[in-house]
Amino acid sequence: MKITQGCFSYLPDLTDEQITRQVQYCLANGWAVNIEFTEDPHPRNIYWEMWGLPMFDLQDAAGVMMELAECRRVYGDRYIRISGFDSSHGWESVRISFLVNRPPREAEFELVRQEVGGRAIRYTTVRRQAAHAST
Amino acid sequence: MLDVPHATTTEHNETHFDLRKEAEAAGITDTLQQLEQELVGLKPVKSRVRQIASLLLIERIRQRAGLVSAPPTLHMSFTGNPGTGKTTVALRMAKILHGLGFVRRGQVISVTRDDLVGQYIGHTAPKTKEILKKAMGGVLFIDEAYYLHRPDNERDYGQESIEILLQVMENQREDLVVILAGYGERMTSFFASNPGFRSRIAHHIEFPDYAEAELLVIAELMLKERGYRFSTAAREAFEKYIALRRTQPFFSNARSIRNAVDRIRLRQADRLVSDLDRMLDVADLETVDPADVLASRVFSGGADTRSAKS
Repeated sequence: MKITQGCFSYLPDLTDEQITRQVQYCLANGWAVNIEFTEDPHPRNIYWEMWGLPMFDLQDAAGVMMELAECRRVYGDRYIRISGFDSSHGWESVRISFLVNRPPREAEFELVRQEVGGRAIRYTTVRRQAAHAST
Repeated sequence: MLDVPHATTTEHNETHFDLRKEAEAAGITDTLQQLEQELVGLKPVKSRVRQIASLLLIERIRQRAGLVSAPPTLHMSFTGNPGTGKTTVALRMAKILHGLGFVRRGQVISVTRDDLVGQYIGHTAPKTKEILKKAMGGVLFIDEAYYLHRPDNERDYGQESIEILLQVMENQREDLVVILAGYGERMTSFFASNPGFRSRIAHHIEFPDYAEAELLVIAELMLKERGYRFSTAAREAFEKYIALRRTQPFFSNARSIRNAVDRIRLRQADRLVSDLDRMLDVADLETVDPADVLASRVFSGGADTRSAKS
């Protein structure tokens, strides 16, 4: 199951060259670039772990790519995303966020339907245990 | 989807090149001219910089002509006594490299040991990497680089920093140019104990000391920049000043001259203000009298410990 989230999620995965260009775009706009990783790509999980500090005073994307390579080396079996935080007044929020790494075996989710009082229906996104876990 | 700028040129190679236009487009002619005009003396340095610039220009044209071109190693080391213009030339070098597209952004990050080496275990690597990331796409200028290596302390964190630097210098040659600077002898022993550095640096440039005549020209340039000039007698006095100052300790070429010029301005202003009843004209304001020069400590027994700063 291919997890999609953030920008460009319906495009094929970005190549390193494309990532470099996106990062350069962030830096040119003066956004702080962050590398984050997680084992739990649930859409409601907003707390990904940070790889190092936000990078806000770089001139060139090569520095970010160096960190990304290092992060992939250590956490290549997890989801990694890059986000750009705009600290300027009025924005003060993440302006761009996209996946740059996925594990060899992706996480599986399913939508669980639950009937509750008065025939109302609740839906929950539940992570499915990998089917091949036993093998 | 990606517009690679050179994608079209590799298919049908250009065959004719207007060298003058190429050089001007890259801004080298301007930068070299500026170098020639603003830096007094330094003949070997200038000719070396011109050689490097020419090589880079030709390399770039060769690339477009479809000839074999290996990306040149651009790391450099500048050695020379204090105040011989190493930092200034490094800034110019960054401009040339940027003009020719061998560095993408052209910023110069100037650091010393303190910026690279940490205080405790585990502090050095992030610190060095932080600086390297900032310098990516530009030039990293490491002043007094020999301090990175402390031969008397095996466990010094400098070595860790050196290893990270070497790795990046080797693997990311197209992202970053490193310029090491320092005083001649100590750099020699630094390279001797870190052979990795020596072999990764393509250009070793030595900055000679300035001759007395050159120092005088520098002083006059500095005065001119600040809107002053020597009177004839003051000029002679300053010649004597230079000759004396050179023999005294802590002499650091152009830097000493700059400090001397600043102190001369101070004394000139003091002299003018001491006589409040006088009417001043413009000539008074911009002329330096011999008295302003001769009042220097250099003439009265010379530099004591306090002139370590001068």
